[in-house]
Amino acid sequence: MKRDIFQAIADPTRRAILVLISSTALTPNAIAEQFQTTRQAVSKHIKILNECDLLEEKKLGREIYYQLKIEKMKEVDEWLEQFKAIWEQRFSQLDQVLLNLKAKENEK
Amino acid sequence: MRSDLLMNFSVDKENKTVNVKREFDAPLSNVWSAWTEPEILDLWWAPAPLKSETKSMEFKEGGRRLYAMVGPEGAQGWSTFDYTSIFPKTNFKYTATFCDAEGNPNSQFGSSFWDVTFSEQGNSTIVDITITRDSFEELEKIIEMGFKQGFTSAMEGLDKILAEK
Repeated sequence: MKRDIFQAIADPTRRAILVLISSTALTPNAIAEQFQTTRQAVSKHIKILNECDLLEEKKLGREIYYQLKIEKMKEVDEWLEQFKAIWEQRFSQLDQVLLNLKAKENEK
Repeated sequence: MRSDLLMNFSVDKENKTVNVKREFDAPLSNVWSAWTEPEILDLWWAPAPLKSETKSMEFKEGGRRLYAMVGPEGAQGWSTFDYTSIFPKTNFKYTATFCDAEGNPNSQFGSSFWDVTFSEQGNSTIVDITITRDSFEELEKIIEMGFKQGFTSAMEGLDKILAEK
């Protein structure tokens, strides 16, 4: 199943996992230890993150390590930034319009 | 002009809403006019180099605004706003839909539902906008498209300026 990145960041535990694995690669057990939750629950979150294509898997011996694919998170940022930029531009135009309205009122 | 004006921007994917909140250094009556009078609305609604051109607008409950976003090369994207509720200088709601030049809806994109609230805070005015969609994927597509169009037309505008020199 193909999921999208916004599903990944919609959940607070998953956001915390993403922060955790953004700097170091961790095993599922190591991730589970950080949270007051069961190994199964963490596995489920990892599965979703994996389906969102946010995880880099590395095998070392028998252990699987997960690390965040940073470039994927940048896509979210960029998307939001673009949307935000449109509003910022629109509003700075409105600021100017309001300034002109005020100037006109003062002329009267 | 003040540069410390508050702006909040958040996306709630689960509820398919976008919330934008912005402070304006102007009295409420002017901000309300800027959002509800077509001559003023057209001055700022389209991010430059796009232009907003209102073909018709009846700001009342059940009324409609039909307008186009016009690129520097004349490319047009039409939309309608159907005003569903208006509380003067406090709040208005409308349904925004992409359409053709006659206002016939483009069924490909569905609609978005806008809720715009105005409030006074000292000498400034706060505008709180909530945009809800039937589906978030649509919203993503629209933003992507709008941004690409805006960017492309920005580049076209630049080309034109450079060509004239």
